[in-house]
This record gives sequence, C-alpha cells and structure tokens, in this order.
Amino acid sequence: MKRRLVVGVAAGVALALGLSACGGGTSSSNNQGGSSGNANAPAFNAAVGKVFNPSDKKGGTMKFAISSDWDSTDPGDTYYGLSWNLVRLYTRALTMFKVVPGTGSQELVGDLAEGLGESSNGGKTWTYKLRQGLKFEDGTPITAKDVEYAVSRSLEKGTLVNGPFYFNDFLDLKGYKGPYSSKGQDNPAIDTPDDHTIVFKLKKAYGSFDYFAMLPSTAPVPQGKDTGVKYKEHPVSSGPYMFQSYSAGKAFTLVRNPNWDQATDPNRKALPDQYDVTIGANADDIDNQLIAGSYQVDLAGTGVQPAALSRVLGDPNLKARADNPGSARLWYTAINPEVAPLNNIECRKAVMFAADKTLYQQAYGGPLAGGEIASNLLPPIIPGHQKLSVYPPGQDNKGDVAAAKDALQKCGQPSGFSTNLSYRAERPKEKATAEALQQSLGRVGIKLTLKAFPTGDYLALYAGKPSYANGNKLGLMVYGWAADWNDGFGFLSQIIDSRTIRASGGNSNLSVHVPEVDKMIDQAVAETDADKRNQQWSAIDKRVMEEAVVLPGVWAKSVTLRGTQATNVFVNEAFGQYDYMAMGLQ
Amino acid sequence: MGGAVVIVLLILMALLAPLIVKWLGYDPNQFHTDKIDPNTQQPTSTFPFGPFDPDHLMGVDAPFGRDIFSRVVYGARISLLIAFLATLLSVIIGATLGVVAGYFGGWVDWVISRGMDLFLAFPLLVFAIALAGVIPDQAFGLSGDALRIVLLIFIIGFFNWGYIARIIRGQALSLREKEFVDASRSLGARGPYILVREMLPNLIAPILIYATLLIPTNILFEAALSFLGVGIRPPTATWGGMLSEAVRYYTLPHFMFWPGMAIFITVLAFNLFGDGLRDALDPKTR
Repeated sequence: MKRRLVVGVAAGVALALGLSACGGGTSSSNNQGGSSGNANAPAFNAAVGKVFNPSDKKGGTMKFAISSDWDSTDPGDTYYGLSWNLVRLYTRALTMFKVVPGTGSQELVGDLAEGLGESSNGGKTWTYKLRQGLKFEDGTPITAKDVEYAVSRSLEKGTLVNGPFYFNDFLDLKGYKGPYSSKGQDNPAIDTPDDHTIVFKLKKAYGSFDYFAMLPSTAPVPQGKDTGVKYKEHPVSSGPYMFQSYSAGKAFTLVRNPNWDQATDPNRKALPDQYDVTIGANADDIDNQLIAGSYQVDLAGTGVQPAALSRVLGDPNLKARADNPGSARLWYTAINPEVAPLNNIECRKAVMFAADKTLYQQAYGGPLAGGEIASNLLPPIIPGHQKLSVYPPGQDNKGDVAAAKDALQKCGQPSGFSTNLSYRAERPKEKATAEALQQSLGRVGIKLTLKAFPTGDYLALYAGKPSYANGNKLGLMVYGWAADWNDGFGFLSQIIDSRTIRASGGNSNLSVHVPEVDKMIDQAVAETDADKRNQQWSAIDKRVMEEAVVLPGVWAKSVTLRGTQATNVFVNEAFGQYDYMAMGLQ
Repeated sequence: MGGAVVIVLLILMALLAPLIVKWLGYDPNQFHTDKIDPNTQQPTSTFPFGPFDPDHLMGVDAPFGRDIFSRVVYGARISLLIAFLATLLSVIIGATLGVVAGYFGGWVDWVISRGMDLFLAFPLLVFAIALAGVIPDQAFGLSGDALRIVLLIFIIGFFNWGYIARIIRGQALSLREKEFVDASRSLGARGPYILVREMLPNLIAPILIYATLLIPTNILFEAALSFLGVGIRPPTATWGGMLSEAVRYYTLPHFMFWPGMAIFITVLAFNLFGDGLRDALDPKTR
C-alpha cells in the first residue's frame, strides 16, 4: 500500500514536470471585432512607424502592469522614460513631443504652452505663452506661477532626489535653492510678468531649451497643495485624467478629469474612461496575462522575458501581435583609463579589438530581443547617427584576435594582463555580458575577475565613485544608458562630459575625461542650426571612440506585445515604447 | 547501505572531475553558441525534456550553450569540499565545547550553553550575505575563488557548531555518571585526561553520526548562498548558482532539473547513510 502510494506520487510528480515542459497554453485567438483585413490585420511590427488599429472609440478601462516600480509618480521627481511617457496622462508640461509614429515624434510642439519658446538675449532667455482656459482638476485656473513653482520645487534634490539636473545646471539661480530651502524667496531665474507668460533666464546660452521645457518638471504644481515627498500620492492633475486611488508600490487608478478641456488640448484623444495600473506583479506572469489579454501593456517597455520570448517568436499568431522597436539606448562597457595597464591606449585598443560583439548581443537576447550590434555610441534613432568603424572587432564582429595581440605588443603586455570587471548583480543580462567578455578577452590573454555589485548603489558607491573604482582596480564596468531625449545632447551629455564627474559618486560618466571632447560639447550646445549641431555630435561620438574608453555593445531593441483589445497602438520613438497616452480600447 | 555507495560515487566523481569531463563533456565554461537557435534564443539540446544530443549528456544552458553535465560534475567539487570542511570545523568546535560543557558542569557549562544558544539563534543566512559583500580581494595569502571558498567554509562551519555541541553535551552529561569515569577519577585522573581517554572514545559514535547528518545541511546552505549570488563568483559552476540562473528560463526545465537532482541525490544519500550509521552504532535506538 505504502509502496503503491510512493509510486503514485512519483508518477504524479513526473507527469506534472512533463506537462510544464510542454510549454502549455493555447495560442491566442485571432484579433476579434473591428475592421478586418488591410492595415488593421495584426502583423509583426505593425505598430512601428505606423498606427495599428486606429480608432476614436471612447470608453473602457485600460489595464497596465509592471513588475518593478519606478522612481515616483511625482512629475518633479522622476527620471524613468516610462514615467515620462505615462505622466502625460495626468500632467501637461510646457512642450511635448508630437504624438505620431515614426520620426515625426522628434518634433516638439506646445502642450501647456501655445507653441515653442521664443529665445532672446543670444539664447540665454526663453519665453513661453500659456494657452487660455487651462484648469487643474479642482477647477482652479492654471497660471504661469504654478509652472514657476513646479520648476523651483524640482530643484530641491535633497527632498525630490530622483529627477534630472538640467534646471539646476542651466538656470541663473544666483544661489536660490528652491521653495523649501530658500523659504520666502523668489526664484530669480524665472519671471511671470502675467498669468499666461513665463520667462526663463539661463547662466549660459542653450539653443534647444524646448527640450528642457518638455521635462515633466515643468508640469504645473499649485503651491498650496504641494506636500513634498507625499505629493506623488496625488499629484494635482492638469491632464485628461486624475488620481482616484494610490497604493504605494502596489497599484493606482486614474479616472477622467472633469476640468480638462479637450478644446485646449489638440495632442490628446483621451479614449479610455479609466486606467488601472498594477505594480510589482511577477514579470513572467505579466507576460502570460498579456498574452491571454488581461493586461493591455507591460509598462516597462523593455520587452517580454526570455521564457515568453521563445513562445512569441515560435507561434505565428503571437508573433503577429509583437513589435520590435528600437530605442535610444546603448548597452556598453566602460574602459577605465585610470587603472593600469589600461592607462595605455594600446591596451585599451586590445580590449576593443578582442571583444566578441556577437556574444555581447547574445547576452542581451539576440538580434531581436537584444538589439543591433553597436559600432559606436549614438543609437540609430538619434538624428546625426552614423555607423563608424573605429577599432573594429573583425568583419564578422567576433573579435579581431590578431589586431588585439598586435596592440598588446605595442602596450608592453604581449601575453595579456589581468583586471577586474564590474556589473550589476541583479541584472542577468549584465552577468551574461561579463561572462561573454571574460571568454572573448581570455583568447588574447586578458584575464578578467568578475565582480557583482548591487544595482541600487552601483553608481553611488562603486563603479560611479572614482575613488572606489580606481582604488579597487575596476578596469571594465558594464553599464547602459538611454537618452533623456532624442538628440546628441540628450544622449551623450551625462556620459561623456568630464565636468559632470563628481568625486562624491553617483556619476553616469564612468571613464571619459577628454578635454577636447568637453570643448566640442560646448560648441555643439551653443550651435543654433540643428543640422550643424547633429554633425557636431557625430564628430564627438567619433572622438570618444578614438580614445578607446567606451566599448559599445548593443543598440537596444525589444520584442513587445500589443494587448488584445488595444486600439491606436504605435511606438512613440521619443520613448522607444508604445505611446501609453494615445491608446484606446475596442 | 545504498547511501554509502552513492556517497563513494559522488566523492569519486568530484575527485576525478577533470578526467570525466575530458571523456564525456567539455570545459564547463566553454560556450557552444552553435547549440542555440538564433531565432528563438533557445538551446537545441534540452534532455530529458527535449532532444538528446550525444555531445551534451544533460543538454546545454542559455544564453551561451555551456555543457550542463560538465558544470554539474565540477559543481560537485565545490559543494562537497565546502560541506565536508565546514562540517569538520563545526564538529571540532562543537564536539570540544560540548564535551567540556557536559563534563565540567557548573559555570563552565552555563557559559558554553549560553554560547550555544547565541549561535543557534544567530541569523546565519543574513550574516553570510552581509559578510560575503565585504570580502576583500586578497587575504591570508589567498585570492579569488580560493579565498571565497575558505571564507564560506569558515562562515558555515563556525556558526553551525551549536547543533553538534548540544548533542555531545547531552551524551557527555550521561557518560560522566558512569562507573568507569568514577573509577578513573578515584585513581587520580584529572579532567583533561578523562576527557580525552575516557569520554571521547565513547563519543565517537554520536559525533560521527551527527557529522554525517550535518553534511547535507551544509550542502543545502552552500547551495542557498550560491543561489542568492553570495557564494562563489561566476562563471565557476555551483549547483546553487545553476539553480539561480535557471529561474529566468523556467520554460527550459532541464536547466533546473539536473542541478536540482544532483543536490537531491546527494542530500538523500548522506541522510540515508547517517540514519544507517545511527542504527548500527547507537545502542539506544535499537
């Protein structure tokens, strides 16, 4: 009896294992309802460069999900691309990217402002005129003072720690620190001559200030309702939707804002009645529910997990629901010139020659889910991008062992050398990259010791802190960077300008200190002609590559799934993700 | 006695790993990207849940196609080495302190017993994770993997002595009442002599039994630390580390199956062996 029971249990276990291995799940049913045929038939990449399933139908509850939380729902305290995408549902900034598929979204248009800014004083002063009839969710009118207050409070990095630094760095603040630290003082860099006009005064000229005006930091905040770090629980809405409920780290719900006037907003369709956002769900479970249709979008926008990837690519019905957008993101490895023997450029060149880029691509998920092998820094989506060939890793991208050995001879290390490689412990793709580099560089005698560090402190305490990185001989540091917006400055400024390097840590620039590059950046920043500017950024890209301090890996792409009921789906290239604001429901 | 056979086989496998792998597998860190389907990013050899490839007895892993068989065999070395040496450390400390506490009684017993309580209550996993984060690159003349192995042995061994100590103390307490100990004392023997010549030989049996039962605990502990990423550094293969990497690829169950099976069989074998040993040697359980 007991023996039969044991055998029965064992058989049951074996059966369960076998069933789970089958991969399970029926393929999803074909897209139901709506118009049939033509441009609305689901197909791979149907939402890249064009709108899939266009519709004006209003109504329904849109269900979003994401596995790990982002920094904040407070528009003045957020730096995630997905957040800048989503925040347009409940806030309006001065300007915004055009809400269209393809390269049209590179263009900025007025959101809260009637149009783009007017520059004067040689590009040091910028003026915006707000639209008429704008109201907050409680009916109070939105004035220029609310925009001034929003920008001022975003300067307070001690309280609102997450957001970008552009206003801190460029505004002529004359010592003003913000409404909390400089209580009662007026912000000398921002003037509001009347309720509908706002003027920004800069320390140095900046030709593309409209990009700064696009930042969610310019979304208006009523001073009386500012609760500091708690503001994220219910930011006062200036957009078509407002917060109904908020549970930190778990979920929040947005419902229609009755005081939003469609007549003032040519950029938004506001189709669904409600948005339900679920945070912290298991990543693989999100993929399964996305396939089944209970969620319409994975907000992370970085694509399906490896487990679902094979299902999606292998099943023609699922593949027809998938897109393969690129984004302005580069996965790369910094080569630290402060750690011997990498202080010698020939040794750095050896690393660039020997690295097998196909393995780098494989580590991130292959050509579809990982991305395109990168030959230099600027991703293809950035205007001015060119494919360069500096220290190429062979014709097949598998590494040029001969050239690497030659370079090692020149730098006096003919049999190779040893150094440390750092990566973020919680990122399996970075771990795979580390292992790949260990293998490919090992071919020429460069021995790597792999060191994992926690993601949260990677920049603050380890790779991004020069004293630690140099003291602990971190010769190679695996990292990645996405553009704050799609132009040369928006992508490169934080990672190659040596003046952004702080001894206290938290640097995104891990290895580039080239005075010539800094000069070229200043020139490009002041240039007002867009085409000339883009060419200058490409030249900066080439100069950084020639210094051999960055090993570019992959220009990121992802395999994302469209929801079964989503309409108006298209990839907004400004974010490299689906436009979360434009979608509706069938 | 099945347990004993399996244990001997495991030890042989661990000792002869380089040879075995030379015949039947490949270098555990070597990539075989030709075994990965470029379209679906999946390995093509996923035995026993998929096709069998005579080149790779247990299939290959993702994303680079390393041979799982070789990694399991090499993983055995690390797991067994750490488990054995950590157990040895625990046994030496625990048996010594247990016997001393049991024999002398009084305040010596009190102090050592409180020490046992402290160490048994210690949040070992948390401490191990914290300590693993601050291990320097070079110390005591060692570096890299060797240093990490030594530190892991120390952490696991040093904090697990309470288990053995408790048991040995109980045995010692009952032993010291026996007549032969009284006889020794009446002949003028002092504490240390009695401890080493009279008590210890009678305690060998329980020490051996509980050491054997402690080994699987330490194997699981090392696997847990590797799973959490605080054990040996990649790319060195460890069973726990392989399980950790397998979680992402849960639709490829062979990835999890082989190291999981290896841990299971090892732990089962040691438990069976320990039970058998206890049946054979401990008169009380007859």
